[in-house]
Amino acid sequence: MNVKQQNLKTWFKSGTPWVWMNAGAVAIAILMTLGLLSVIAVRGLAHFWPADVIVADYQVPGSEARVIAGEVVEAEEVPRARLAASGLPVDVEGGEFMTRELLKVGNREVYGADFSWVVGEWLRDTRRPAELMVVERREWGNFYGYLLNVKEQGQLVAEGEAAWAALQQRIERVDELHEQIAELEKVDIGRINHGLERLRLKTRKLELEGRLDAAAQADLDAERAEWDAQYQALESQLVSLNQQFSRDSIGVRTADGRELEINLGKVVRAYQPNAMSTADKLGFYFAKLWEFVSDEPREANTEGGIFPAIFGTVLMTIIMAVIVTPFGVIAAVYLREYAKQGALTRVIRIAVNNLAGVPSIVYGVFGLGFFVYVLGGSLDRLFYPEAAPAPVFGTPGLMWASLTLAILTLPVVIVATEEGLARIPRMIREGSLALGATKSETLWKVVLPMASPAMMTGLILAVARAAGEVAPLMLVGVVKLAPTLPLNGNYPYLHLDQKIMHLGFHIYDVGFQSPNVEAARPLVYATALLLVLVIAILNFSAVVIRNHLREKYKALDH
Amino acid sequence: MQSNTHSIDISALGRDKRSLNLADEQVAIEVPDLSLFYGQKQALHNVSMNIPRQRVTAFIGPSGCGKSTLLRCFNRMNDLVDGCRIEGEIRLDGTNIYRKGEDVADLRRRVGMVFQKPNPFPKSIYENVVYGLRIQGIKGKRVLDETVEWALKGAALWDEVKDRLHESALGLSGGQQQRLVIARTIAVQPEVLLLDEPSSALDPISSLKVEELIYELKSKYTIVIVTHNMQQAARVSDYTAFMYMGKLIEYGDTDTLFTNPAKKQTEDYITGRYG
Repeated sequence: MNVKQQNLKTWFKSGTPWVWMNAGAVAIAILMTLGLLSVIAVRGLAHFWPADVIVADYQVPGSEARVIAGEVVEAEEVPRARLAASGLPVDVEGGEFMTRELLKVGNREVYGADFSWVVGEWLRDTRRPAELMVVERREWGNFYGYLLNVKEQGQLVAEGEAAWAALQQRIERVDELHEQIAELEKVDIGRINHGLERLRLKTRKLELEGRLDAAAQADLDAERAEWDAQYQALESQLVSLNQQFSRDSIGVRTADGRELEINLGKVVRAYQPNAMSTADKLGFYFAKLWEFVSDEPREANTEGGIFPAIFGTVLMTIIMAVIVTPFGVIAAVYLREYAKQGALTRVIRIAVNNLAGVPSIVYGVFGLGFFVYVLGGSLDRLFYPEAAPAPVFGTPGLMWASLTLAILTLPVVIVATEEGLARIPRMIREGSLALGATKSETLWKVVLPMASPAMMTGLILAVARAAGEVAPLMLVGVVKLAPTLPLNGNYPYLHLDQKIMHLGFHIYDVGFQSPNVEAARPLVYATALLLVLVIAILNFSAVVIRNHLREKYKALDH
Repeated sequence: MQSNTHSIDISALGRDKRSLNLADEQVAIEVPDLSLFYGQKQALHNVSMNIPRQRVTAFIGPSGCGKSTLLRCFNRMNDLVDGCRIEGEIRLDGTNIYRKGEDVADLRRRVGMVFQKPNPFPKSIYENVVYGLRIQGIKGKRVLDETVEWALKGAALWDEVKDRLHESALGLSGGQQQRLVIARTIAVQPEVLLLDEPSSALDPISSLKVEELIYELKSKYTIVIVTHNMQQAARVSDYTAFMYMGKLIEYGDTDTLFTNPAKKQTEDYITGRYG
């Protein structure tokens, strides 16, 4: 045997290769995680940056040049042959590749679509005019063009240089009005609607019970009249606000010379990206980012924020945790402490472990069939006969979504708690029993507190799994757009029967069900990043609690 | 443990010599004829003995001889072991503790136990001591405070911990923890104190402190101690029982057993020929 072979053999014997292999595997795992996160972060976060808008003459060979304006969203190298094959009048001569750029041109009402692919080589005289303006609107997407004038009730109030300042001022006013209107519609009118609906149910209930006599009817009518009066007052207020809201308008011109008028009521903000300094852009960027996490969605979820989805995800996960923890812990305590260990407990343990492997959509189907139709339907028949035929709990909603996720994550909590219980030294239990404590006293006072870090571990795993789950939720309570939050100022404050929005489902909906694919794509990344962040925050807080508990009940090793 | 080939010189240990006679003592625990089985395996064979009141009785013998098993019968700790079965009875103050309807929790309060390794709960020193009282539903702060003080004083720990009663018990040294466990046990005022090798996990100085404590406690409690350390048995106990292979071989006052054993097996064991 030669020296080299000998060396190799000792190297293998020393265990070094295994250390390298393990370290390599860990390194690859970390790199993949970081890579994934950075792809999501870069693609998602870049969306909010106010990129420069270019204006250029687009000269397609053989046809007349036209002026286009837009943001370059994406650029790629495409083989010349492929462009030619797609019917574009490409020269056969020249390099093998040509650039193809995706421009966000906006002006959907003019061009029909807000995105357009152009061939980079055919763009001539690219320029970045400082006075080019981007208008973010509540509908029809962005507008790209030049500001001509500002009008108040059709009367010209500012033109040329002065128009920009006047526009910013008037947008602020419109913003305030918009907030007032939203507040009025959501909170005040929402409250009245809620009250009227409850009144209707009350009437129906009395009617069903045969107690709707003249006195009751009069009471109800008086109440209804009061609500109506309140509504009348609010409605007139709303009408006047709406008139105020759509008072102003602006005259604008697109890059290729078409002139339009835009009502200011539809404008969220207007900015001139080419004239902004980096500091301005940063300020704008963070304002947009804040809007994204704190605002409601607009335009079929492709604009605005995703606050209702964040709220729904967190609330549902918390309710799930509140349900699953006691159930899981009780089951584990029974299995480990009280049940007679034998064939039956073994079978139950195997079943519990297998439950963790069942595809989540199966839980969704179960939730829909059992919780929604059977349980919810029975609840409705028993407690809400007045609402029929409209279901209250007999339809997908927050409670059923939380319950479904709770049974989905139950095995994790059971297994983790059982392991925690098994790890508590026998001596500690015996110490308690020897002092005259009964078994249940020992459990409550010593064993369960000491097992609490393990329960938290189970909960952490459960939260991690539940918060990211989408498939079962589609069946049991998540919707694309929920009109109100499930937690609000109307009695009973927490609306367990309401449907909710959810970040995971939002990703699916925006990414794959949206009519405006290009506009939605960056939002998919941004939402994914946010979902990861929300789960990380939920987990992190659970980990902090667990470490605190661990410190308190650290194992008694001597 | 020291493996000495000479028999132990009792007079050198400085114990006060009294004439002790098992037959004259008041009986605290009476074991008429006890056998114990783990499943099919018999661990105790027809053990009969009387444990005298307010004396220290030591169980010695090689590992696996059944001395701990016997000790754990006195507070029914063996109930927790699956497949453990007992034939015969044990009488505490004349009442069979294995009778139907016996309140095991109350029995264990009356017969306290200290284990081989210190096992304080992960709570404060104070909470450890009052644990048994809280279990009994005693809530008065003054009663609890007073109990903590006298129990810790009784366990010779008060001076060391009086300034940090509300700190975690896990911060104490091993010897302090063991004395805390003793304090916790005497806090519920048991009649009998069972000590299962209480100093085997301790350093020599802590071990000595526990021994001194046992010596002081015997005026109030009936103490039964299991030990591997024959010098310890000789130092602290009034009576000694030698067990071997689940059988009680010899039982008598400590001086006689160590200086003049009646059985060959006992002599072999205490002179270190096996075990």
